[in-house]
Amino acid sequence: MSAYEPKIVGIFCNWCAYTAADLAGISRMKYAPNVRIVRVMCSGRFDPQMVFWAFKHGADGVLIAGCHPGDCHYQEGNYKALRRFKLLQKLLDQLGIERERVRLEWISASEGEKVKQVIDEMTETLRRLGPLRIQETPQAPEAVGTAGGGHHG
Amino acid sequence: MKGNGEVPRIGVYVCDCGTNIAGKVRVPEVVEYAKNLPGVVVAREYKYMCSDPGQDLIKRDIQEYGLNRIVVASCSPLLHEHTFRKATAEGGLNPYLVHHVNIREDVSWVHDDEEEATRKAKAIVHGAVLRVAWQKPLEPQSVPVRESALVVGGGIAGITAALTLAEAGKHVYLVEREPTIGGHMAKFDKTFPTLDCAACILTPKMTAVKDHPNITLLTYSEVEEVDGYVGNFKVKVRKKPRYVHEDRCVGCLECIEACVFKEPRFPNEFDLGLSKRKPVYIPFPQAVPPVVTIDPETCLYLRLGKCKKTCVEACGDRNAIDFDMQPETLELEVGTIILATGFKTFDPHRTPKYGYGKYPEVYTSLEIERLVNSSGPTGGEVVMRNGQKPKRVGIIHCVGSRDKNTNPWCSKVCCMYSLKLAHLIHERSGAEVYNFYIDMRTPGKGYEEFYNRLAKEGVHLIRGRVAEVTDAPLHPEEEGKLIIRVEDTNIGVVRRIPVDMVVLAVGLEPQPDAEDVRRLFNISCSNEGWFLERHPKLAPVETFTDGVFVAGACQGPKDIPETVAQAQAAAANALALMDKGSVLIEPNVAQVDEELCSGCHICIGLCPYGAISFNEEKKVAEVNEALCKGCGTCTAACPSGALSQNLFSDHEVFSEIMGVLL
Repeated sequence: MSAYEPKIVGIFCNWCAYTAADLAGISRMKYAPNVRIVRVMCSGRFDPQMVFWAFKHGADGVLIAGCHPGDCHYQEGNYKALRRFKLLQKLLDQLGIERERVRLEWISASEGEKVKQVIDEMTETLRRLGPLRIQETPQAPEAVGTAGGGHHG
Repeated sequence: MKGNGEVPRIGVYVCDCGTNIAGKVRVPEVVEYAKNLPGVVVAREYKYMCSDPGQDLIKRDIQEYGLNRIVVASCSPLLHEHTFRKATAEGGLNPYLVHHVNIREDVSWVHDDEEEATRKAKAIVHGAVLRVAWQKPLEPQSVPVRESALVVGGGIAGITAALTLAEAGKHVYLVEREPTIGGHMAKFDKTFPTLDCAACILTPKMTAVKDHPNITLLTYSEVEEVDGYVGNFKVKVRKKPRYVHEDRCVGCLECIEACVFKEPRFPNEFDLGLSKRKPVYIPFPQAVPPVVTIDPETCLYLRLGKCKKTCVEACGDRNAIDFDMQPETLELEVGTIILATGFKTFDPHRTPKYGYGKYPEVYTSLEIERLVNSSGPTGGEVVMRNGQKPKRVGIIHCVGSRDKNTNPWCSKVCCMYSLKLAHLIHERSGAEVYNFYIDMRTPGKGYEEFYNRLAKEGVHLIRGRVAEVTDAPLHPEEEGKLIIRVEDTNIGVVRRIPVDMVVLAVGLEPQPDAEDVRRLFNISCSNEGWFLERHPKLAPVETFTDGVFVAGACQGPKDIPETVAQAQAAAANALALMDKGSVLIEPNVAQVDEELCSGCHICIGLCPYGAISFNEEKKVAEVNEALCKGCGTCTAACPSGALSQNLFSDHEVFSEIMGVLL
């Protein structure tokens, strides 16, 4: 295939998002093949380092999906994920990485349709953004947040 | 050298799942690819990995090739992870040395392009091979299961489940929010297709619940809080004050007679407002428990503090009435939970074209159930509000079912109960009955035969979705009637049929508070709001929360036989857990590497279960494995990498991430 196709890692919680992906499968919904789902028990297991690790190994985006607020199987892991995600967004800004490359979604076990919609949407967004390009040398601090900042791994 | 320090010898098994996977993924190509991955000793394709011969492949290869890690790429691990763990264990390996990945629900079923599907399947297998090398042998923890159960909802589902468990010798707490158990079934006169009397088959069961030494019946009560986990749930139940001591009231009903309200004047909820009750009332004569309840909204004394309290006088030295009664909170400890909270019927105000609430002679099917009931407001007479018998009655099917504007689903029971009502209305009033249906759905034992019987009895069956019910006459014979306008699609003609009474066959909906209930018990709902089962076919009464089961119409529309069967199935599942007496808990708990822990305390505040504490002597964090539920939040947060979640360690998850980025 010649056209650019983004690679996306999905970090899906076992109880809601992963079950919803199963439902999408059982319902034979068709969606973009760009997301590779890695199952964790809770979105609270999401660690921002996973994002940089994924970027380092060739990902163009990371999709984190957990239970809706109030629905976490472990009471509040999804809130912890949200906190880390907010911090991560600031870090992405500083590094000059587009925020759209990392997405956090609440997907309940019954929302197979949402799995499809989010994956298709994110794939489309990343196709537009093009491949992730990170410069080898970090930018000077004053340039942070204005131009494409640099960070490797 | 990873995981437990062994050199990995990995076996990879890629499943065709008949054509489910092999139809989209080029499985042989995935197998060839897997053979060249690091540590892979053998890779195979098989038609059905979950079958016995499939599992035998794993067992044999473990022995023959000395495998120490297994990867299975097939369906969702939520479906068959346990199958392959079992096979791995039977092959002589620790069951946690297998990793099961999904190339069906996540690949072949959702992607059409063979090239892309195959590429993705390879990436997923790659991730699994890299991760499995890091997996370690684990021992699951065994926790005891209490031999008591909570059943929520006292309809036929809850009653059946409670009796089944109680008969097996388990203690059951049956919680019902209404003053009586019985649910919807208690409102019916006859049940389809046998037309046997609902009360005759239900009320003995209701009494059996009350009398059973193993059942604690908590009516007029609601579950407020649920804590704990499978085998060891802690439940708080709030008992609303009924202002009558259940143990002292003998059900003589003399207080009702003596009430200062000489005539009943408040709508009786049990009769859906078709009859009146007093502030002190019993929902229906066969209510269980057979005691009265005082309604604080309408009782003069409870509202205004002023009344002659003739009820107390009538009760005399039984002293059952107590106006100072307060809500009470009970704390229960149970091993298993069965939810049987039922359904509500569709509110036809949402389809104004049928005139419910506008024309007094338009009723819901549930209201008609009360009218035809011999212990109902009319003693079983089908009469209009003016007391006269109707000459013609129209029953409109699919109100709030199979309708894009309201509910898209088929409510499953309406065709059959509409036929039953047609029979009963004709029997009681001699009226000519018209049934307006879209499709006649009568699958079930004896159901189609019942439909044929009704057709022979002379019920008019008109195929067409009713456009409207109106009182505007076009012809003299329509004067004073309700006119049902419908396209009769069997003959291709628009008809106007004047009737005296209209019955709306309202569909079934989730309870309005199903969302709150599911949160309370940490389970999921489908998009429509029904409680979600663990698997639509293979685990229809289990939920995603271990130890919590569902039964009856709270899971989706169901008739009585199906509800009873499901309640017994839920009870059997709960029994299996309780009889075994213990349950193995997934060993995915967190562990602390004391060498790495800097004692920063970050993890301690993050743990939602208070499972992590600080060892002041060693100055390190400690995990209480009995409290840890395996979410991994602490592992993600630990700045020194000292915390590690079993099965989801950094090594495992990060390797998988790297691997899937093929």
